Amino acid sequence: MIPAGFTYVRAGSVEQALAELAWHGRDVRLLAGGHSLLPAMKLRRVEPGVLVDIGRLRELAYVRLDGEQVVVGPLTTHRTLERDPLVAEHVPLLAAAARRIGDPQVRNRGTIGGSLAHADPAADLAAAVLALDGVLVARGPSGVRDIPAAEFFTGVRTSALAADELLVEIRLRAATGLGYAFEKFSRRALDWAVVGVAAQARPEGRTAVALIGMGQTPLRAGEVEEALAAGVPAAEASALAARGCAPADNAVASAAYRSHLAEVLVGRALAAL
Amino acid sequence: MRVEITVNGRPHEREVEPRLLLVHFLRDLLSLTGTHVGCDTTSCGACTVLLDGVAVKSCTVLAAQADGCEVTTVEGLGGPDGLSPVQEGFRQCHGLQCGYCTPGMVMAATALLAERPDPSEQEIRDGLKGNMCRCTGYQMIVESVQWAAANGGAR
Ligand SMILES: Cc1cc2nc3c(=O)[nH]c(=O)nc-3n(C[C@H](O)[C@H](O)[C@H](O)COP(=O)(O)OP(=O)(O)OC[C@H]3O[C@@H](n4cnc5c(N)ncnc54)[C@H](O)[C@@H]3O)c2cc1C
Ligand code: FES
Ligand code: FES
Repeated sequence: MIPAGFTYVRAGSVEQALAELAWHGRDVRLLAGGHSLLPAMKLRRVEPGVLVDIGRLRELAYVRLDGEQVVVGPLTTHRTLERDPLVAEHVPLLAAAARRIGDPQVRNRGTIGGSLAHADPAADLAAAVLALDGVLVARGPSGVRDIPAAEFFTGVRTSALAADELLVEIRLRAATGLGYAFEKFSRRALDWAVVGVAAQARPEGRTAVALIGMGQTPLRAGEVEEALAAGVPAAEASALAARGCAPADNAVASAAYRSHLAEVLVGRALAAL
Repeated sequence: MRVEITVNGRPHEREVEPRLLLVHFLRDLLSLTGTHVGCDTTSCGACTVLLDGVAVKSCTVLAAQADGCEVTTVEGLGGPDGLSPVQEGFRQCHGLQCGYCTPGMVMAATALLAERPDPSEQEIRDGLKGNMCRCTGYQMIVESVQWAAANGGAR
């Protein structure tokens, strides 16, 4: 399988990448790790005329602590998230999710920015970023804007990013020393989640619970969170996991089975906090 | 476009189409056919090579992305007159039958041992999760990697 032909541009700076996006309009795609885009191009599901490779922009690969926030550059690989000491200490949920992605080779190439921008409803990091109250920083021709993770995912593989915007930073609320859990059910070892759960405890008693595989986008399990905040025991709250969700009903799993999985996995995640 | 990729220590400069995949650069332009194409969908790991020392599936990397980088293929590990410990491990422990998955397995195992010289059985299984074998049932592959770990490791 060979992708359709395209013009290749290697961006030397964020500014150049933005200029290329602005110039080529709808016919251009950014290339980060390439582990969602290239498979889609090989299947000719996507045929961009221009590919702007941002893979060499080392200034976009970092993990830093900024006050109460952990800030992550979009080009940080899944592999780095798995091992980074700052991630391990302050947002270990992110490492737990990264560790469950695909296989080592995929994790060596794939990036957090690519994963979020690709906006797959089953993306593991999306669940973690949602549960960590993430803010996604987008930069476009008219400047920089913050998009809360809860507003970022707008549909199946579509996000709030405009075509001329670059995701330039992910900001996460530090959760140092707090309980967390990542639960994922997949069919084969390397497969995507059928359903996955990211749960993050907070000192004020509000636990964040995010689901993947339970709708058109990764989402927060609002009813579970509210029940927990109201003091409902975890075992009862987890029974609300699928409330308000419209999971896919397809060859991978029926909607009823996904709903069952969500309840079981949320139960496990809450028990592990 | 022009790319220069150092493969197994030797620089190779070629004019390529941007859409050329690294695995085809290696196989078709350099005739290094040790790197196999199994699934072509980033699943099987037969095409695994080291890109700047890191294991990647070369069917899902553009040659353009590897421009200026160093690639190691199974041919770069060792030949008949001197196998690498991982290659020798596969020989000693019968870690292959048809051999189709073997170059990818050997490269993934080499990357694993470079990072974890003394892996547990579970770490070996996790480290080779991206590589499929339709013949061996994996047990002998795990034993091959254990043999390599005890006899020289990644190099
Ligand atoms: C075999 C296999 C198994 C996988 N298993 C899993 C899994 O279990 N769980 C999981 O979550 N994922 C899985 N993935 C997907 C993997 O995590 C991808 O790496 C990830 O989804 C995309 O990241 P990338 O850096 O490779 O992005 P790319 O493929 O380069 O880009 C993806 C999309 O995002 C856009 N983009 C990239 N960076 C930016 C940016 N900074 N700003 C704006 N837009 C951008 C691109 O234009 C493109 O449209 C798997 C992939 C493969 C091949
Ligand atoms: S041929 Fe590349 S992963 Fe199968
Ligand atoms: S030895 Fe035949 S596929 Fe592994």
